[in-house]
Amino acid sequence: MTKTIAHELAKKQREISIAEFFERNKHILGFGNPTRALVTAVKEAVDNSLDACEEAKILPDILVEVHTKGEDGECKIIVEDNGPGIIRRQIPLVFGKLLYGSRFHAIRQSRGQQGIGISAVVLYGQLSTGKHTIVISKIDEKRPAHLYELAIDTNKNTPEIVKNEVTKWDKPHGTRIEVTIVGDYKRGRRFLYDYIQSTSIVNPHAQITFVEANGEKHVFERVTDTLPRPTVELKKPHPQGIELGTLIKMAKNTSNRKLSTFLKKEFTSMGERTTDAVCRIANLDKDANPKELTRDEFIRLLKAFKKVKIMAPPTDCLSPIGETLIKRSLKHETQEISPEFIVATTRPPSVYSGHPFQVEAGIVYGGKLDANSPVKILRFANRVPLLYQQGGCVSTSALSDIDWRRYKLEQRGGKGIPNGPAIFFIHVASTSVPFTSESKEAIADVPEIENEIKLALRECARKMQHHLNKKEKRIKTREKFELITKILPEIAKKSASMLEKPVPPLDAVITRIMDVVWIEDIITYEKVERKKVQTTLEGFDEGKNYGYITKSQLLVANYKQKPQKFNLYALIPSDAVVGFIDPKPAKIEEGKYIKWCLPAIEPTGKLEITFELAGLDKGDFDENDLYVEGINPEYVIGADKWEGD
Amino acid sequence: MENKREVMKKLDEIAEKIYGDLIKNEIPSLTLPTRAKSNIVFDEHFGVWKYGKGITSRAAKTLDGAYMLLRTMYVAEFIKSMIKTRKSSTLREMYYISEGWNMAKFSSQQDSDSIAEDLEVITGCLREDFRLRPEEDGARIIGNLVIEEVTRSGEKRRIHCQDDVGDAGYSIPYNVEKEKIVFKDADADFVLAIETGGMFDRLVENGFDTSHRAILVHLKGQPARSTRRFIKRLSEEKKLPVFVFTDCDPWSYRIYGSVAYGAIKTAHISEYLATPTAQFLGVAPSDIVNYELPTDELTKEDVKALKSELTDPRFKSRFWKDEIKLQLKIGKKSEQQALAKYGLDYVTDTYLPEKLAQMGVLKK
Repeated sequence: MTKTIAHELAKKQREISIAEFFERNKHILGFGNPTRALVTAVKEAVDNSLDACEEAKILPDILVEVHTKGEDGECKIIVEDNGPGIIRRQIPLVFGKLLYGSRFHAIRQSRGQQGIGISAVVLYGQLSTGKHTIVISKIDEKRPAHLYELAIDTNKNTPEIVKNEVTKWDKPHGTRIEVTIVGDYKRGRRFLYDYIQSTSIVNPHAQITFVEANGEKHVFERVTDTLPRPTVELKKPHPQGIELGTLIKMAKNTSNRKLSTFLKKEFTSMGERTTDAVCRIANLDKDANPKELTRDEFIRLLKAFKKVKIMAPPTDCLSPIGETLIKRSLKHETQEISPEFIVATTRPPSVYSGHPFQVEAGIVYGGKLDANSPVKILRFANRVPLLYQQGGCVSTSALSDIDWRRYKLEQRGGKGIPNGPAIFFIHVASTSVPFTSESKEAIADVPEIENEIKLALRECARKMQHHLNKKEKRIKTREKFELITKILPEIAKKSASMLEKPVPPLDAVITRIMDVVWIEDIITYEKVERKKVQTTLEGFDEGKNYGYITKSQLLVANYKQKPQKFNLYALIPSDAVVGFIDPKPAKIEEGKYIKWCLPAIEPTGKLEITFELAGLDKGDFDENDLYVEGINPEYVIGADKWEGD
Repeated sequence: MENKREVMKKLDEIAEKIYGDLIKNEIPSLTLPTRAKSNIVFDEHFGVWKYGKGITSRAAKTLDGAYMLLRTMYVAEFIKSMIKTRKSSTLREMYYISEGWNMAKFSSQQDSDSIAEDLEVITGCLREDFRLRPEEDGARIIGNLVIEEVTRSGEKRRIHCQDDVGDAGYSIPYNVEKEKIVFKDADADFVLAIETGGMFDRLVENGFDTSHRAILVHLKGQPARSTRRFIKRLSEEKKLPVFVFTDCDPWSYRIYGSVAYGAIKTAHISEYLATPTAQFLGVAPSDIVNYELPTDELTKEDVKALKSELTDPRFKSRFWKDEIKLQLKIGKKSEQQALAKYGLDYVTDTYLPEKLAQMGVLKK
């Protein structure tokens, strides 16, 4: 028998080791150069710690240390958490086997997904320095801590246990990883710092301590004791998010014998009518056995999913950060800048190709930010900062598409990244974030997502506009106040004394000069014992037995020449609870607004309004958003036109 | 010059207008002509440039307007008190006095000077009526002219502006009105107004005032009001032609403009300050060419000023258009004292006689 070419080729065909695969693909995994490798290594470890703590409902306390004392070009990275720990026999698999993880098959919002992250770090350390990784983990106070020294068998993709011993660790529970890699600390330091700071912004419930190679310690404090809403795992996929291969696999493995039951039972959002419609459009028999469908028929089914209007998947699998916490976090991390104001918004959940997603945005404005350089963009996906490939990200293109000139930012031709004293915050949360590549640095150009980002940014822009307008109007009116309270009485006095006549009354002239209704607010915080606070927040720290009441005092002064009667709305944050109010409001829409139908205010008359909010931290609510109805908004300083709910 | 009672009444009218507005529940305001180049028109009757019909309102509707009204009243009151106590003050002194006016205090002397000018415009009175005088004194005079001046002690003193004065000449006081100065005899053929002190002294040293029967006036750059008023009175009362002798640059043409046509800042009293018959003698750009004078390059600012003069209605005559265009073309400027190139006597022996002959004053 002569050997065919195929036989010859077969000699060359063999399994590729994961080491070779990694070597060829390390750039897409984030290890392309020593600078990025450093950031990626820390990022993968911190992501794991945050995910683990969240699942275990523990407020994360994470320590990141970098040491450069060893061989030249080597960095020892230590990441330690107070998470639930990992049971002994799983430790080698989690850290020493690629593509091993708990989240790959789950449909939920989480940081890591492919189970490639942390083991890739271990592998990179091993390949670049030949050194092993040390993992210590403890799952309970009463149990011992286990120490593993691990390597990866790169031919078999299995963990190799170099050392395994019981050790003493004074933490009640948690995990610690020590890995040595080739990394460029000198260049990577700045990125590392940015990454940790950004991570702290989107994880307001986490405390992260970063110890630099020179011993300098930065503590990124926790700003809330409330854990993110637990994400619910979607047990069943949404038909519009499914791929052909997965669909075929599901059909082959199903125990349902009828196509209609298969669709109804194994997919979400598939009711009787939707199922009928899908089968009709795909031209398939409802009673057909799903196992026996041909490839062609599967394709028809897939096409039908896209044509039929199917109810969106449930979105409680998402965990947005929320407007108040975004603002609080940004405020905390921008203290040194002392910004003029911070606005934020959380969009309602939406869906692209069957995957739920939700967009949040924020803007930090003014203060010490440079007005002449491009705005800074902080991008996040599932609470993970995206540090690279800003230009290729849908967040950037959505931002660049909006004309920011009307919001007092400079932008050539009304397109592109604007210049101005602002930091933009964009967070996309999804059960499946469509990244442009495996390195997960940029979100792909999905029209639904782009649109939601634009809507979120526009909402922020409107709030920003509101602030800027108010500021401008206030400055002008403040001048008039000086005029009517100081200069005008002097003018009256002087003219009277020169003519030796009595000083004339000024009320009518004052209203002519001012010709506005002026609304001003003062906000104070009152510290109270916790028991007395009405709160919707749960899970208070035991040690913290106090809270704050946010007290707003509104002053409405009529400087028009005629009596004014109108309705006033004060927006309240969704997580606040309304307490004492005076005068009696016409309506309270919890989490949205308070409405008053004010009595007529006489010229130069004043009216005071007081209301209290509970459930907020000191500084969360430092300015009222006020709106008016039933009066020409042009007359009013300090409130905008009420546009309806 | 108005009488004291009249001036005080006009000052009170300002307070009355403001008080009246307040009583009528109206926003207090004052109106006055717009004091800008855009509001300058030629007055056929007087032959000078005056404010047009543009009106500016200063109202307490804005913070600036309110401050202006308050300050105007403070200034008016201060002037009244000076009139009553027979004192006078410099504009600078008034600025420092305003330190005690609380909110009405001025932030710069420019502001207080400007209010004083506003008051003139509003009341139709003169700064002299307000007993306010500028910082700088008037310029100097040498020539065969006899003046009778009322001194501080009230006595009348006759001063001959050649025999009774030193080489520095007679100093023009800030008040040159009839109750202070009367022109007695003037045995001269013309008045020569000179921009720089150096040239004035040269002409004095060379005895030009006697050799050519001239009354020499030193303008000291942009001339003070008293200097302009003095020249006007001298020219009109003694029927003497006036010639203006300056450097050859755009700023000097403006000096001539304020003597002959009236300045924008004082356009409300142009008929009182300007001498429409005054003629420009030189140094003109054509002199640079004809006399081959030493020159400097025109700066960017010079070029800009020249171009602005091309569109200035006061410089619209054929003569100015040709001269300015010529200067822009050659790109040069020169000074009066550049004539010294040909010797110290050249200006008095050759240049001035030639120019005056061209203008029909002297025979060649």
